[in-house]
Amino acid sequence: MNDPARFHLLLCAGGCCLSSGMASVRTALAAALAAHGLAEQVRVTATGCMGLCAQGPLLVVNPDGVCYCRLQAADMAELVRGHLVGGQVVERLLCPDPLTGAPVRALGDLDFYRRQRKVVLRNCGVVDPASLAEYEGRGGYQALRQALGKMTPAQVVEEVSHSGLRGRGGAGFPTGLKWAAVAKEPATPKYVVGNADEGDPGAFMDRSLLEGDPYSLIEAMTICGYAVGARQGYVYVRAEYPLAIERLEAAVATALAAGRLGPDIFGSGFGFTMAVRTGAGAFVCGEETALLHSIEGRRGEPHPKPPFPTAKGLFDQPTVLNNVETFANVPYILRHGAEQYRALGTRQSPGTKIFALAGNVVNNGLVEVPMGMSLREIVFDIGGGIPGGKMFKAVQIGGAAGGCLPIEQLDTPVTYEALPKAGAMMGSGGLLVLDEDTCMVDLARYFLEFLQEESCGKCTPCRLGIKAMRDILERICGGEGEEGDIGKLELLSDYLAQSALCGLGQAAPNNLLSTLRHFRVEYEEHIRRKHCRAGVCPALAPARAAGEEAR
Amino acid sequence: MSVHLTIDRIPVEVPEGTTLLEAARAAGVTVPTLCHVPGVASPGTCRVCVVEVEGMRTLQPACLAEAREGLVVRTASRRARESRRLTVELLLAAHGGDCPSCARNGACDLQRLAESLGIRELRFPLPHRETPPDRSTPALERDMRKCILCRRCVAVCAEIQGVGILAPCGRGLATEIVPGGETELANTLCVQCGQCSLVCPVGAIAERDDVPRVWAALDDPAKTVIVQTAPAIRAALGECFGLPPGSRVTGRMVTALRRLGFNAVFDTDFGADLTIMEEGSELLERLRRTLAGGEPAALPLFTSCSPGWINWLEQYAPELIPNLSTCKSPQQMFGAIAKTWYAQKTGVKPENLVVVSIMPCTAKKYECVREEMCASGVRDVDIVLTTRELGRMIAEAGIDFLHLPDGPMDAPLGISTGAADVFANTGGVMEAALRTVYELVTGRELPLPKLHVLPVMGLAGVKEAAVTLTGVLPEWSFLEGVTLKVAVAHGLANAREVCAAVRAGNPQGWHFIEIMCCPGGCIGGGGQPRPVDQAVREARIRAIYEEDEGRPLRKSHLNPAVQALYREFLGRPLGPLSHQLLHTHYHDRRPAEPFPPPANIPPPAATNSPR
Repeated sequence: MNDPARFHLLLCAGGCCLSSGMASVRTALAAALAAHGLAEQVRVTATGCMGLCAQGPLLVVNPDGVCYCRLQAADMAELVRGHLVGGQVVERLLCPDPLTGAPVRALGDLDFYRRQRKVVLRNCGVVDPASLAEYEGRGGYQALRQALGKMTPAQVVEEVSHSGLRGRGGAGFPTGLKWAAVAKEPATPKYVVGNADEGDPGAFMDRSLLEGDPYSLIEAMTICGYAVGARQGYVYVRAEYPLAIERLEAAVATALAAGRLGPDIFGSGFGFTMAVRTGAGAFVCGEETALLHSIEGRRGEPHPKPPFPTAKGLFDQPTVLNNVETFANVPYILRHGAEQYRALGTRQSPGTKIFALAGNVVNNGLVEVPMGMSLREIVFDIGGGIPGGKMFKAVQIGGAAGGCLPIEQLDTPVTYEALPKAGAMMGSGGLLVLDEDTCMVDLARYFLEFLQEESCGKCTPCRLGIKAMRDILERICGGEGEEGDIGKLELLSDYLAQSALCGLGQAAPNNLLSTLRHFRVEYEEHIRRKHCRAGVCPALAPARAAGEEAR
Repeated sequence: MSVHLTIDRIPVEVPEGTTLLEAARAAGVTVPTLCHVPGVASPGTCRVCVVEVEGMRTLQPACLAEAREGLVVRTASRRARESRRLTVELLLAAHGGDCPSCARNGACDLQRLAESLGIRELRFPLPHRETPPDRSTPALERDMRKCILCRRCVAVCAEIQGVGILAPCGRGLATEIVPGGETELANTLCVQCGQCSLVCPVGAIAERDDVPRVWAALDDPAKTVIVQTAPAIRAALGECFGLPPGSRVTGRMVTALRRLGFNAVFDTDFGADLTIMEEGSELLERLRRTLAGGEPAALPLFTSCSPGWINWLEQYAPELIPNLSTCKSPQQMFGAIAKTWYAQKTGVKPENLVVVSIMPCTAKKYECVREEMCASGVRDVDIVLTTRELGRMIAEAGIDFLHLPDGPMDAPLGISTGAADVFANTGGVMEAALRTVYELVTGRELPLPKLHVLPVMGLAGVKEAAVTLTGVLPEWSFLEGVTLKVAVAHGLANAREVCAAVRAGNPQGWHFIEIMCCPGGCIGGGGQPRPVDQAVREARIRAIYEEDEGRPLRKSHLNPAVQALYREFLGRPLGPLSHQLLHTHYHDRRPAEPFPPPANIPPPAATNSPR
């Protein structure tokens, strides 16, 4: 290597760090480096999300492996002078250990990272997302070379099937089955579609992947195209992700120029190309049939299945539609083999899962854990527990279609089997930690408000049923709840689950139902005693001290 | 391949691909629905037809779910019933408008369903839409406050008519069915065929109500009010009074109209016979120019009776206007003759003569107000009522329709032939034209059983026939041995296909093409009684052919009143007065923006030249 640089600085340019001031930090860093004449000796790379969003903006100094956090532009002169010139770690800018408060030098020394297992996020926060060379330097495109050079399409499908990979969009459908279904369809052309219409409140797994490691998606979709016999891919990204779109489009262009996409990839004779399509802000376009309609230029709303997209998908052709995170597992599976992949996670839910950890938790951020880890470990060991000495109340998992689990269920492992049994679901990876100041009725009201506004309006149950439920909850939260309201909510919930056209409507009552199951007393307090114990609902009497009886 | 399943414990065997809705019907079980329209891909929106299928987690929409081997289906299980009731309850709660003052009161699918499900309480108050009604077109009124978003209109407009003007806009509760992205129908390329009004389950889309204008005319002592009835009315009006589809009520209809106070009851059939004289002559003239004169003539010739089709051609395929017959429709021919010849004969000033039409069609309401339709110097046809409006008017007047005695049409404009009756059916204009053209050219009757041109009868979307002319009379010698090739299409999606073939150089060598805007022809028109499905269309078609076959005269050129009209007034078909009164020009009515013509189509002529 003839890189003259003595230091390699990684700046987190994920969405969170950018929004907490990374741009000005970066400008100040450049100025400080120039002032010390270090521009030549210090290589600076803007990476994707490093994960510990709560402590951003983050900067890692390599080769020392020292991580600085919560940086401000004004800190940069001291950091450059002290560490890069003087060789001394700037203690005051290190991350504090959430338990002891003692400064921690390397990210890996934090429990937050030690307990994670980065498979899908392996490159995120490490490489320059624009650099194909860096991607390949870390093993990128080995999987595709291996598939094209040594494997038949059927063997690729077999390997993915054998890995046990399941759809990370939330439903957990076996990916191998989906690929096999498209592979056996005689109709051509076929399509590969990546779903990056991530819309659950607080979720940013797909965004981080696209911003931090776009080539892994491109490689995976190319592998999928080879496996199922498709030559064209589309990635459907929500318009609210301009940076992800920009980086993905740049990566597609680079991959095309480098022959990683195009008519003859690696001289194999296999051709595949892809394009980015942008959504227009509708949550329902994350539903697969609605998404395909939207790509086709039609109104983004679902149609009933069957026919399934595997038989009649995009432009009525056989189509593999997988979530971005699902795809990003594929290169790892091919490189390391299904067996090694299956060693991660549980038997029925192999691999890892990314979660966007948010809410009342110390370490807000992006985490990747092996399946089967308990919610308790995620919330308390990785997440660092509840800030401000507050009591844990619930964890909301699975996004708008998910549910809330109370403290008694914190030992539930995150798997596709255990979470629904507990009354929640895996979902796409939103994980919201709620403390004692959360009103569970208000939370259910919030999710129904969100879903009512996002309902496409096509079918009656979703269009009118969710509105009716929301109105009841608004009344309850407004102090006008009546006896019988809970029964009405349960009636409507049952109705939606059975009769709505698509998953959005069918799963819409989930959060409500889980709060009714685990926090029913709060509903009864709202309705009968006009009391909101969390003090959230403004129309209701403020919270009373524990044990105090209502008059 | 057939599959076996049980529906409500009844074993049924149905062909593979049958929906559960159809399978249930085969088992004698009615599953209600508010969004399904037979013959159109079901929108699957209303969820009224959900049924329980053993082993499935969710309820299945019967209109979409396919029957499969071994399925155990329960259409009225507790789950299915409760879901259906809740759906209807919610739809009612969100449904604006006041039932007693709604045009559909008593004939509303939602109301009927709510009644049959015994819904007595609305537990969930829901907001109503506040959009004011759209009365921008003369034909249709749209009231989105009453819309239940079933999308039947959307499906019919796109699939049956291939027009696709109506589409959902907005999301969730804010969704509205909006024409062409505009707020008003008149600003769009809507052809005003009214097929949407035929399928709307509630009062959200209806014909413009012109009944009050007719009452006003009848109440005005200074006016002489005459009425013409289109052939399709007599096979459908009875349905407004509970008679089965296809009941022939010509005589009762005439009596009812007389009792309503019309000064004379006439027949659009007269105009239809006249149309055959003019259009048949026009066809022969174009053939003569090409075959005898070697001049180019715009062939194939398209019929021009159906105003929805005229609107479509002017807006979507104006380059084919030269091929369109310059003949006005029978309604407008009738109006022009009524306000000239008839007015002169009776000594009524045209401005005091009110011509009312009873039409199966909403587009006729538009046609009569076209600026060209004042050949007599005043409006040729003053007011158009649909079949449905006439039904309401008769009911309002307290006339016991079912027990009326038959009455005869008045002379002379009520005199007609069976050839005019069949104008109501798809293929009918073609058959009527061939009956006359063949006989004019050969001197012999069209040599077909019962004078029916079998290949152009029935409900196939595009039909073709060929008639070889031999032994022609001397003046038609250029037609000797010529095989006349004709085509018939109904429903604008089918018309679009035929037009595409004509644009592509007419490889079939068609000479004459009949197009009717609505499926089945006028008997399935947008102004006819609801509901309309294939069985209803077939029943009405059958009734019309019976009407024709029962007539002493079944060829337009034998109509004595039409003969008298030519003798006394017009002179000859295609003569100068015919040209003035019975023919017109059609226009390119494509908007300048935003629909540029496809590149492969030659620029359209501004108007067609008469012959």
